[in-house]
Amino acid sequence: MTAARRQVPMPRRGAGAGRLVERALIYVAATLLALFILVPIYLIAVSAFTPRERAFDFPRSVIPSEVSTDTVLFFLNASGVVDAFWRSVIVAVITLVLALSIGAPAGYAIARYVFRGRSSYRLMVLSTRAFPIVILAIPLAVTYRVWGIDDTVIGVALMHTALALPFTVLITSSVFISVPRELEEAAQTLGCNPLQAFLRVSLPLALPGLAAAAIFTWVLSWNDVFAAVILTLRNPTLPAKILTALTQSPIYFQFAAGFVMLVPSLVVIFFIRRYLLGLWGRVVK
Amino acid sequence: MTARLGWAPYALLLPSLAFLVVFFATPMVQAFALAFEGPTGGFGLTHVERMLRDASFRSALLTTLALVVLVIPIQFALAMAMALVINARLKGEGLWLYVYALPLGISELAAGIVWVSIFTQSGWLNSILMGLGITDRQIVWQSAETPWLLIGAVVIAEAWRATSIIMIILVAGLQSIPREFLEAADVYGATTWQKIRRVVLPMLRPSLQVALILRTILAFQVFATVVAIAGTGLDVLAEEAQRWATDIDNDNVAAAYAGLILLLSMVGTVLFLVLLPTREEHQA
Repeated sequence: MTAARRQVPMPRRGAGAGRLVERALIYVAATLLALFILVPIYLIAVSAFTPRERAFDFPRSVIPSEVSTDTVLFFLNASGVVDAFWRSVIVAVITLVLALSIGAPAGYAIARYVFRGRSSYRLMVLSTRAFPIVILAIPLAVTYRVWGIDDTVIGVALMHTALALPFTVLITSSVFISVPRELEEAAQTLGCNPLQAFLRVSLPLALPGLAAAAIFTWVLSWNDVFAAVILTLRNPTLPAKILTALTQSPIYFQFAAGFVMLVPSLVVIFFIRRYLLGLWGRVVK
Repeated sequence: MTARLGWAPYALLLPSLAFLVVFFATPMVQAFALAFEGPTGGFGLTHVERMLRDASFRSALLTTLALVVLVIPIQFALAMAMALVINARLKGEGLWLYVYALPLGISELAAGIVWVSIFTQSGWLNSILMGLGITDRQIVWQSAETPWLLIGAVVIAEAWRATSIIMIILVAGLQSIPREFLEAADVYGATTWQKIRRVVLPMLRPSLQVALILRTILAFQVFATVVAIAGTGLDVLAEEAQRWATDIDNDNVAAAYAGLILLLSMVGTVLFLVLLPTREEHQA
């Protein structure tokens, strides 16, 4: 990505009126597309911060006349919501730790070693993405009942790890490829064993990329609703809780729920914005 | 040293392989075992037949197909526009990319609710239409009576939520097109449209193929957006799978639905591989 950025910009050949008009049109298109993304986010925020008794006022005013945390607090105080929120956080953290501790070594192996079966392993990991995740949850629910981990945080986290693992392997391998192996070899000639060379040289350099991969895994888990609804009953994660409450909850509850689920996603994308192209662009290849 | 560490890569791969066997391959096989389980064990089609006779089967299948067919072209048109804008290197390049990538982290359910706030009867769309004097009453957008409006609302919500991933793949693809190609086209006096049509699109084929396959597989699983916006007004396959698994508590029929989603995704994947061969496949 950085290499692409350093490329010479397009020559501004014939920067006449035609080019200027074209440039202006691109800015208009860019703005319209940005508004399509941003306006709904603004509107749900206004909806969530409108007090409950004004939730059904009509017509709604795009500029809020009254901002209050009443609706959001009502949602957070609703029975089971805080528990579900923490369950979601715990599931996502377990998923992150599992996916990274299982996936990163594999990513490292693909990035650093040439060995028989390397390309078939890569192909296998890639091909897991051709299978819809929907199909995993139902048989796993049956298995979990046998194992006695149905309706538990760990059960959901294991399923989310299966969902995230292929991504983690591919993303971490692209992260380790970007850390020059010569540095590790230099450390070894200076007396480090391979493990020390990895821990002291490669790992610190790979850390930002690994953090981005971890955050991405966290979002995958935080956002899943289908598997969570299938695998939990009395101990739902936040999205599962909200989904099953949708039909019997007032609309302002939904607005606050939507907003509360949305905020972490926006923050997360902000933190991994530099890595977006690297994460996805390279995963594709 | 390589000889001494010959086992190292395998040791590093082993945990991930074991995990994928237990939590990916096994359930995948089990899903089919569940779907094709006979009444007294063994093989049988009773569950598949029960799915086919299910009252909402037809509408679930048709709605899912309609959503896929409508959403994918819209998402690609939007993603292409976004990717070209990013590639035009406007001022604040990173900011545009960040804004267009924002929905990447937004869940299906949250996105559905965002658009509920817009389409609901006392919601934003009606408020804005009334403010502009286009209508003087509250139009009912979300009603089981008008399934096409519901489908339209879901399509817009899905276009809003899931275009980013395609955009990112296309931007990465665009950046790998050598600048010299576009400069050469410039020298020969190509217009912007000609450059897109003759240089960018052909070179973007592999990225387009990957994005199409990925998005189609995901589109067949559409679930929470539909539940949030349409409630019981629309049936889709994933919703039926969930209903049979949790409400009716019949894992066999649920697995049959899941298997159908897998089958459709695979048909979609093969279709795009055949219809949109990349350069190398062309020559082969």
